[in-house]
Amino acid sequence: MSWMWLIPALPLLGSLLLGVLGRRMPAPWVAAVGTGSVGLSMLLAIAAVWGGSTVTLTLWEWVRVGGFSPSISLTLDALSGVMILVVTGIGFLIHLYSVRFMAGEEGYSRFFAYMNLFVGSMLLLVLAGNLLLLYLGWEGVGLCSYLLIGFWYSDPENGRSARKAFIVTRVGDVALAIGLFLIATNLGTLDIADVARRATASWGPGSTLAVAAAALILGGAVGKSAQLPLQTWLPDAMAGPSPVSALIHAATMVTAGVYLIARTNALFVLAPAVMSATAIIGIAGVLFAGFSALAQTNIKRVLAYSTMSQLGYMFLALGVGAWSGAIFHLVTHAFFKSLLFLAAGVVILAMNHEHDMFSMGGLARKTPYTFAVFLIGALALTALPPTTSGFASKELILSRVWESGGVGRLFWLLGVLGVFVTSAYTFRLVFTVFGGQPHGGSAGHGANGKSGLADGPDGRQAGLIMGAPLAVLAVLCITGGFLDFPRNLGGRPFLTRFLETTLPAWKQVGEMPSGADSVLQVISEVASLLGVPVGWLISRRAVRAAAERRPGELKPAFVRFFLGGMGFDWLYDRAFVRPFLWLWKLDEHDVADRIPDGVGGLSMLLSRVVRLTQNGRVRWYAAGVAVGAVLVIAAAVLL
Amino acid sequence: MNLIYAASAFVAIAATLMVITRRNAVHALLYLVVSLLAVAVIMLLLGAAFVAALEVIIYAGAIMVLFVFVIMLIGPRNDIVSPRAWIGPGILCFILLAELVYVIAGGSTPPLAVKEVPPREVGIALLGPYLIGVEVTAFLLLAGLVGAFHLGRRLATTLGRKGD
Amino acid sequence: MASVPFEYGLVVAAVLFVLGLAGVLARRNLLFILLSVEIMLNAAGLAFIVAGARWGQADGQVMFIFLLSMAAAEVAVGLALILLLYSRRKDLDSDALTMGAGSTDIPGANGAEGGQP
Repeated sequence: MSWMWLIPALPLLGSLLLGVLGRRMPAPWVAAVGTGSVGLSMLLAIAAVWGGSTVTLTLWEWVRVGGFSPSISLTLDALSGVMILVVTGIGFLIHLYSVRFMAGEEGYSRFFAYMNLFVGSMLLLVLAGNLLLLYLGWEGVGLCSYLLIGFWYSDPENGRSARKAFIVTRVGDVALAIGLFLIATNLGTLDIADVARRATASWGPGSTLAVAAAALILGGAVGKSAQLPLQTWLPDAMAGPSPVSALIHAATMVTAGVYLIARTNALFVLAPAVMSATAIIGIAGVLFAGFSALAQTNIKRVLAYSTMSQLGYMFLALGVGAWSGAIFHLVTHAFFKSLLFLAAGVVILAMNHEHDMFSMGGLARKTPYTFAVFLIGALALTALPPTTSGFASKELILSRVWESGGVGRLFWLLGVLGVFVTSAYTFRLVFTVFGGQPHGGSAGHGANGKSGLADGPDGRQAGLIMGAPLAVLAVLCITGGFLDFPRNLGGRPFLTRFLETTLPAWKQVGEMPSGADSVLQVISEVASLLGVPVGWLISRRAVRAAAERRPGELKPAFVRFFLGGMGFDWLYDRAFVRPFLWLWKLDEHDVADRIPDGVGGLSMLLSRVVRLTQNGRVRWYAAGVAVGAVLVIAAAVLL
Repeated sequence: MNLIYAASAFVAIAATLMVITRRNAVHALLYLVVSLLAVAVIMLLLGAAFVAALEVIIYAGAIMVLFVFVIMLIGPRNDIVSPRAWIGPGILCFILLAELVYVIAGGSTPPLAVKEVPPREVGIALLGPYLIGVEVTAFLLLAGLVGAFHLGRRLATTLGRKGD
Repeated sequence: MASVPFEYGLVVAAVLFVLGLAGVLARRNLLFILLSVEIMLNAAGLAFIVAGARWGQADGQVMFIFLLSMAAAEVAVGLALILLLYSRRKDLDSDALTMGAGSTDIPGANGAEGGQP
């Protein structure tokens, strides 16, 4: 498999090409390069995974310092195989969608350059056999996230959101870096397989080093995956275009944290305390994000909090040791969340860039195709069969959580509550946007509604290019669950078996009475079903309240509390941002500032003085010559 | 001969001083002519009879006469010179003079007998080693001629109409 | 003929030169400025003669001849310019005629249009 390096290299090359020449290339070429590189990568990824074996390809030695010599090595095993399929597959579909979605935008080639760079970095991240290389990819995706959130840079708000995302994830990145330092200095290597071996050998379970290392890695993961307490950036990241939200903030970058923990499971296994922390963070995120989603008015922010919530499920799974379960949910979440984001993009375009849910309505009739795919995605998200992907993965997690015993039962209960809340906010969204009566003036805009496969009532023909990815994702939403359908319903754990060639197998704690599986499933399904009417009720009340509210009148306090993400932004602003700005103001004119300012001021002063000699008077100039003569002679005479 | 030398030097300097301080242009001109004549005498004493003659003929005779013509054309323009204006130039020139004198007085040449350099020698030098210089000077004079002519043509129309 | 130390001659030339320079710097009228320039040129010529006499060669006189020709050409053109300037601006005061750096108001540049009422 010596061509494995092409998988990340192709998108990176595409990015380079588009970055350098993109401005001068005609748009179809840009689209071809941008989408083609990811497509080719996808084909290579399929071929690589088809091969079946675990391969490590060492490209070259990166650094050699003392005894420490990390190398650029790519590892293909079950875990990275799944990840590259997700990244390239979903990435390709989203790139294809973007060809139409971003058409006509200024910065078209810049967009694809950044997107390709992102895909390349993400592939590096998941294929890395060495933690240092992984960190390189980690930073790369962080950079691309910043670049793409602030894509429409002429609006300073977007820049602010991009900076916020970058800075908050930075906190996590620093923790990860310190963790890497710790591992490198204590274990002498950053090669993932070696780290696992040496840590298991020399660090006992529960030892401080293992706990510290795992905790720091968890810190990094929390930042990247927008879990508590570093979650404040994700809702604001919705300032970027919808394909960006779909690719980066739903399917891939935010799942990098989950991947990281799964990859370094050896360390986490040695630190049970940290695993418990992971589970607690996860379930807290599920509920916190779920309740916040119930109060949102911006369609993309609902989906952002939803992503946060689903990532919480993944963290919960990791925390109880259900490694394969977490990855399975990662895969299905990629399917339905990116579908939801892309469909939301179509809706936003159809409503002329309107993002407020309560200005929409009745779109089920106006955009039936979009409604259909959105509904499929929503059903997958809320784990309601017959769309089975979300159902299968969530059930896997919940049953594992229950089986882990003890406090796991409590987590299971909270998880079921989370299912209910998920269903509620999802159907609140669906009913508000697609149900009811058409709202607002913008719904009436748009010329002919003639369409290809997808609707474009804003006059833009969405056509095949945007409709096809939506269709593919919808199919995946429906069929993806069969990768690992619950055993008691006749499914086979294909994915789990595949992943357990790399990840530790599930250790069952205690006995599971037969039929328990079915009972658990029924309970969670009921919870999910209950959410539907509740969501409908809330939607109706909110729509009416929005219509009756006078401008300037505030919403009830508790609604505002959840709307603002449970006050985290307010807290961080008071606790960190303001003191920092105050310190900065204090230091504004320190020595380091004065030196360049002084140089500038001096130049201006000299300029003003010298300007006086240019006064156009002949005698003055003659005097100048005379003075010069005097000085020269003096110099010649005296020296 | 030292006496004549000193006297001529004194006259030249005094006359020049008068030139630069007069208000009336014609007065200044006349003083300048005097100064030029005194300088011619000095040159004569130094054995350069040929250029002394040239000084009188061309410098005092032609160039100064040009000035006179122009002043007649323009009419007497009296320049206002305030004593205050002399401070800066005075200081500057004094410093320069001091430097020059310092440089000059530094060297010491034994007083030699003055040798008469006849025009013949000058002519041989001009048409021998300095031939190129002569040609270039011819160019220069031609340029001056053409320039003056060109400018003068415009002037003719200008002044002719005004008649001033 | 008793000789004078040649330094005295150079000193005389230096004094004349400096006086001419003072005239250039202190006078405002363009004619006087030009006159002072002539003084300076003459002084330089005298210095040449003194130097030539010191060596007893014709070179000093030759240089003086060149200098004289140059002065003549320069005066001719300079006076023509002064006349043009006067006919356009009616004034020969160099301070009043200051156009400032970068000005493009050249006398005679617009052809024979001066003098129209």
